[in-house]
Amino acid sequence: MEKIFVGQLDELAPRMGKEVIVWGQKIAVFRLSDDRVKAIENICPHKQGPLAEGTVSGEYVFCPLHDYKINLNDGQVQEPDEGCVRAYETIVENDLVYVMV
Amino acid sequence: MKEKLVLIGNGMAGVRTIEEILDRDPERYQITIIGEEKYPNYNRIMLSNVLQKKMSVSEIITNPIEWYEENQIKLINHDPAVKMDTDNKKIITQSGKEIFYDKCILATGSRAFILPIEGAQLPGVVGFRTIDDTENMLEASQKYQKAVVIGGGLLGLEAAKGLLDQGMDVTVIHLEKWLMETQLDEKAGKMLQADLEKQGLKFLMEKATQKILGETRVTGLAFSDGTTIETDMVVMSIGIRSETTLARTTTIEVNRGIVVDDFMKTTVPDVFAVGECAEHNGNVYGLVAPLFEQGKVLADVLTGKEAKPYQGSTTFTSLKVSGCDLYSAGNIRETEGINSIEAFDGINYTYKKIFVRENQVVGVVLYGDTSEGNRYYNILKKNESIEEYTPVSLLHMVGEEASADVSEWPDDEVICGCNGIDKGTIMTAINEKDLTSVADVTKHTKAGGSCGKCKSVIGDVLAYALGGEVVSAPTGICGCTDLSRDQIVTQIYAKKLTSSDEVYRELNFTNPEGCPKCRPAVNFYLNVAWPKEHADEKESRYVNERLYANIQNDGTFSVIPRMRGGKTNPQQLLLIAKVAEKYDVPMVKVTGSQRIGLYGVKKEDLPKIWEELDMKSAGAYAKAVRSVKTCVGANFCRFGTQDSMGLGIKLEQRYEFIDTPHKFKMGVSACPRSCVESGVKDFGIIGVDNGFQIYVGGNGGTEIKEAVLLTTVETEQEVIDICGAMLQYYRETGIYAERTAPWIERMGFDVVKEVLLDPEKRQELLSALDEAVIGRRGNPWDEVVEDNNTRQELYTVGRV
Repeated sequence: MEKIFVGQLDELAPRMGKEVIVWGQKIAVFRLSDDRVKAIENICPHKQGPLAEGTVSGEYVFCPLHDYKINLNDGQVQEPDEGCVRAYETIVENDLVYVMV
Repeated sequence: MKEKLVLIGNGMAGVRTIEEILDRDPERYQITIIGEEKYPNYNRIMLSNVLQKKMSVSEIITNPIEWYEENQIKLINHDPAVKMDTDNKKIITQSGKEIFYDKCILATGSRAFILPIEGAQLPGVVGFRTIDDTENMLEASQKYQKAVVIGGGLLGLEAAKGLLDQGMDVTVIHLEKWLMETQLDEKAGKMLQADLEKQGLKFLMEKATQKILGETRVTGLAFSDGTTIETDMVVMSIGIRSETTLARTTTIEVNRGIVVDDFMKTTVPDVFAVGECAEHNGNVYGLVAPLFEQGKVLADVLTGKEAKPYQGSTTFTSLKVSGCDLYSAGNIRETEGINSIEAFDGINYTYKKIFVRENQVVGVVLYGDTSEGNRYYNILKKNESIEEYTPVSLLHMVGEEASADVSEWPDDEVICGCNGIDKGTIMTAINEKDLTSVADVTKHTKAGGSCGKCKSVIGDVLAYALGGEVVSAPTGICGCTDLSRDQIVTQIYAKKLTSSDEVYRELNFTNPEGCPKCRPAVNFYLNVAWPKEHADEKESRYVNERLYANIQNDGTFSVIPRMRGGKTNPQQLLLIAKVAEKYDVPMVKVTGSQRIGLYGVKKEDLPKIWEELDMKSAGAYAKAVRSVKTCVGANFCRFGTQDSMGLGIKLEQRYEFIDTPHKFKMGVSACPRSCVESGVKDFGIIGVDNGFQIYVGGNGGTEIKEAVLLTTVETEQEVIDICGAMLQYYRETGIYAERTAPWIERMGFDVVKEVLLDPEKRQELLSALDEAVIGRRGNPWDEVVEDNNTRQELYTVGRV
């Protein structure tokens, strides 16, 4: 695992995702309304929708293509749909955002 | 090594069996499915709806390609199996592929039976079994006027109605005295015919077709009584015949269908058959319920579960033609020992007939009101004694009919006949998975997913399970609140709530940050209520509106520049071409409303493309005023009475970039030929000699609605003013995501008309609109191009 710098906190708009490609892996980084930062794989397990473009509500994101609801903590797709995406650990230090890859 | 299971036939029976196997033991087999058609598994009984244009082909796909991938099923599609070698357990497909199996399921289905008469091979003679058949028929309906359907059975009538709906002149030819003679008795058959005649179908009864006429294409039919009829197309719908060609290349016993025992085994080891190709106890079934019952038995057998022997099916029928509700099940012939109870209500035009043998119901025919179909079917299937029922009951009081009360039904009462789902299964799913809508129940149990006729009963069960609250209940705009749109908007004004967070907090939404359904809606209501105080919330906008470009299925975007009134010039075309080339845009297409779209653009390229295009956004992604479609009009057209292009451009200029509850489409035609289809626009104008007819509330969307004539005015200015007033009235009173047709229906056309045609109210609305949109109407693309922050936040991708 490596700690990868992905940007400054103030470059992330609250409740809107941003795609970061780390060594070819597409990662969606989200700043929640309380300024915590979450990161999951940016590919919805359903039809590969870009989750970074989804609607963020609390600790969940809704896929923009077909509304799959995904928990940003563990990447679990919520019922009634099924599946999961990889969730990444994030670290915010001095307003700098890192993802553990 | 997993055992190899090969399914031949990618249709409803076979794939349903595979689903049942995966439910029981997903790891057991390495599965291959061989199919003849080029589509993934689809719901064949919905083809009638496709033909009647109530559904699209993609809506009837039950298992998309991804389903096969997810379950690691190898699909060999559009490549039928042509030979089977049961000694070496091998199948050969048309393209020469060889597939070995340990277990093989034959589910080859059936084909439309084509009368072996002269002319049956002529172009224009078709069956009605597949998506391709359906599309051929739809295509032919555009080119030709007259159609004949041979066969007044279920499928024939549905086909006939579909072709009638496409504007054809349709005659149904039937050999018997009345329609659907195996499912209906004479009375119900005649009632059905009368209803269909009212809808415009023609019938020739007791006619035997002798010969199809025509040299290069069908031109008519000749009957055995010497008469003839002219036609451009013949749909043969006289029955189906099991597809057994493949089985006949082996030693498997085949009669009318492939012979199977009570466990769906054929006479050759490790080969099974289900569905319309199978013959059990001398019966071949052509309806879905039996196929699914067989699939369950076979899935048990193939996963080593103890299987209950299949004992044949009692079938029921209902017709998918609106205005003709019929239901039929079981034995409906009055032979020895079978008597009947009959009730005809000439006022409501309904008819019921119950066939009884030794105190048990053996058959039922209902016409006009089929709500009790399920109940009778259940009594019939369970061989219940009817001693305790009152056989004839006239004019009982409302509420006395306790029988339709689902709460009293036992758990094994079947609710969805197609899929064999009983009340107990639905109740368990509702309780265990906290289901709250019919759609959820269908998703989890499959009940209601086939013909859909049982959806209202599922609703009743749901209401009962949830304490009677739900069915009429979900009044809230989404799952986050019980408040309706009106309650929310009223509170927004009353409490002067000016941000979404306030709305969620003050109105006690269960989810403090809302969901994708309520967030854009609340944002819109706030924008309309407090145009100055409320800052538009990007994070509440759906991605299309947040990025000012439509997201495509692969995550790329489209760019559609504005060409007001559909008018362009060589400079714009050159620019578009240059940009498309430079950014390697995979597709350039003229859209449905006279614009040029660039498709497949990467998000990061959007701002650069907009900058280089130097054109405005057409707003093709937005719930907002879209572009205005125009015909060429008086400038060039010899029929044009008015300058439609000029008026279209003026309207667009005046109202572009204004948000509305749903997209708002306009069209201006210069004469009643209405080349821009003004009759299906939210705001449609037809130029006539002395002015402009204004039509409103036409929608060409999922629900097609014809626009209604609002008024005729003399000047362009009046058109523009009425349009603005309508926009603002719709903004103020519309429910988010409600098109104008349902909006007008909800408000009442007379009310809308009165408001828009009252000069004073019109002026008030116009002023309100102007005030609301001041400072909000810039070209969104420009704003992004000029604003580095936004570009950075929304349009870049980080790379490490």
